[in-house]
Amino acid sequence: MDFNHSDDRRMLADMLGRYLQERYAIDTRHAISNSQAGWSSEHWSALADLGVIGALFDEDVGGFGGTGFDIAVVFEQLGKALAVEPFLGTMMAGRVLARSGGQHALMEKVMAGGSVLAFAHEEAESHYDLAEIAMQATAEGATLTGTKSVVYQVEAASHIVVSARVAGSPGQETGIGLFLVEAGAPGLAIRGYPMIDGGRGGELTLSNTPATLLAEDGFSLVEDAVAAGVVALSWEAVGIMDRMKADTLDYLRTRKQFGVPIGKFQALQHRMATVALEIEQARSAAINASVSLDDPRIKRERAISAAKYTIGRVGTLVVEEAIQLHGGIGMTWELPLSHYAKRLTMIGHQFGDEDHHLARFTALSMA
Amino acid sequence: MNLDFTKAEEDFRAEVRDFLKEKLPKRISEKVRTGQRLTKADYEEWHAILNERGWLATHWPKQYGGTGWSVAQAYIFDLETALAHAPRIVPFGLSMLGPVLIKYGSEEQKSYWLPRILDGSDWWCQGYSEPGAGSDLASLKTRAVRDGDHYVVNGQKTWTTLGQHADMVFCLVRTASDGKKQEGISFLLIDMKTPGVEVRPIILLDGEHEVNEVFFTNVRVPVENLVGEENKGWTYAKYLLTYERMNIAGVGKAMAAFDHLRQIARTQRKNGKPLAQDPLFAARMARVEIDLENMKTTNLRVLAASEGGPASLELGAMLKIRGTEIQQEITSLTRRALGPYAQPFVSEALDEGYNGDPVGPDYAAPVAVDYLNNRKLSIFGGSNEIQREIITKALLEL
Repeated sequence: MDFNHSDDRRMLADMLGRYLQERYAIDTRHAISNSQAGWSSEHWSALADLGVIGALFDEDVGGFGGTGFDIAVVFEQLGKALAVEPFLGTMMAGRVLARSGGQHALMEKVMAGGSVLAFAHEEAESHYDLAEIAMQATAEGATLTGTKSVVYQVEAASHIVVSARVAGSPGQETGIGLFLVEAGAPGLAIRGYPMIDGGRGGELTLSNTPATLLAEDGFSLVEDAVAAGVVALSWEAVGIMDRMKADTLDYLRTRKQFGVPIGKFQALQHRMATVALEIEQARSAAINASVSLDDPRIKRERAISAAKYTIGRVGTLVVEEAIQLHGGIGMTWELPLSHYAKRLTMIGHQFGDEDHHLARFTALSMA
Repeated sequence: MNLDFTKAEEDFRAEVRDFLKEKLPKRISEKVRTGQRLTKADYEEWHAILNERGWLATHWPKQYGGTGWSVAQAYIFDLETALAHAPRIVPFGLSMLGPVLIKYGSEEQKSYWLPRILDGSDWWCQGYSEPGAGSDLASLKTRAVRDGDHYVVNGQKTWTTLGQHADMVFCLVRTASDGKKQEGISFLLIDMKTPGVEVRPIILLDGEHEVNEVFFTNVRVPVENLVGEENKGWTYAKYLLTYERMNIAGVGKAMAAFDHLRQIARTQRKNGKPLAQDPLFAARMARVEIDLENMKTTNLRVLAASEGGPASLELGAMLKIRGTEIQQEITSLTRRALGPYAQPFVSEALDEGYNGDPVGPDYAAPVAVDYLNNRKLSIFGGSNEIQREIITKALLEL
């Protein structure tokens, strides 16, 4: 039992944290987020040079990480800096490529920073249900037709991992195939848009778009990628929560009303204590999820749903309380905290909110 | 980061399980499992069994007769004993006074009192709270005035848990009243048989005699029973409270209680199905189960960070708050799970050897009592509101 990260991971975290602190300060972040692209190829390749992308993948595909805690240290730092770069989609899609074998040249290019990936799974009818997939693959599996919803940083991607029905109907776990689609392929259209929490997303529509089959029965690969995605989001959330906690404590120390720092007021002290306590519970949930990535399915998925439920519940609490404790200033665009609040809220909308994962945890407990 | 236990630690777990299988009397574990009342003799019997094995003082270093266990070993032991329905180790001597004496006591005090805690010669109780000093502990008024080689103690303590069994009480007393209220407090060890000590029961809402009032009228206490320095008692008191709060968090106890709840929810039926499959009840159970899973890791993190010593004040406070909230929620769900059968109360059914028929399911008798009794968890050891102030004050450094 050891709650310290290995030296390698600590070095990676320190290096990434320093880079983001020096070169990705909040004004830079806003400029990138509001740019037409919604991400920065310059920072992306610099971070690839630092090994940040390689850390997300295991040695089989030329990376040097890929475990729960490798993902953890990277995304915790990304959260602290509120980075909008396309790490999540790249990590999840890359994980599918790695697990399904092949695509070595592409993975090499990805880790060198020369290519960004996106993971396109959920659809308008899914509402977080991973089996609710209607995108249709032709019988021979050569082309895809359908629409994927709210795909994070999809415009940035050179390649997109797309799930589609090779058999069965929406709601069934069997018959979901995984495919690789190239950006700019015939019949591919993206309706891109800004996200409320920064960066960009898009609706991906395919009509008879040529695709490469990665896996015919791909549901377990989807679950695995989403599990890794939840670990990433959990740590991104923990990084954000730590930052919001520090900012709020600063505010309680310095803001004076009735002649004293507002941190002297008991009503505020009690709310702050609950926030601090819940953040530690959220960190524990993220640790449990990271550990679970290599566990057998039920054990892993229970820990994943427990974590996402906790992050969703605590995330909302931290957002609402941090804004309330700041008062009016917490409502302003100018205050960095408000942007952290938006991202933390929206993390709840990626791959399942607290209600979805509570119900899922219950169902897994009865399985 | 790595949450696995080592091979040696897993071997230790097996050793603990074997020990429990062989040495934990079935008579006692059945009483714990079914929620029957434990007597003083039950506790003493279990303490003696643990002491024989050298496993009684899990927080003490080896040189004082403790186990000298690592954080992981102490955690495993706590968990396994709870899951095997062993009685708790009565904390007053072992988990509270022991660490204070080891850190602040004189050599004479350590060599005299510590072995007596281990062999059960003295049953200790805690003299902290007073009628006018609950959450505001430092405003306590029980006075000790030096008179030659004695202190003369006058005043009243309250909420003294299991004081009716006690031979000795460790007491916070006021030895100075000028200056800050925290600065005039001393830590005294008082023999309950001294003339002028009187114990009166307080009956709680569940009808049980668990706590007491203790009155001191001109009680003469030898000066060698002062721990540490005069007027420095607040430091020792706070050190003890950190241990007390970690102990209250009760992760092992909560796990055993949740298992019990799950069994009941599978047995009870609603709408023709097990209650565990009722969506609302299942969600309530899942919430507390997830919170407990998180708490297990938080607890281990705090233990690992403190390396066997006391946790920092704010972390100890976090464990106390959430640990007690979880235990209370589990007892609350267990009560709800019984439906109408939470209402009948046959007090004798909670005594050993009761051979009447149970009213309703055989696990029903102690459930409501347990729920009501556990309301204390968020009040004692410093109320959860006081814990919240401790957390924020430590974080704010105001």
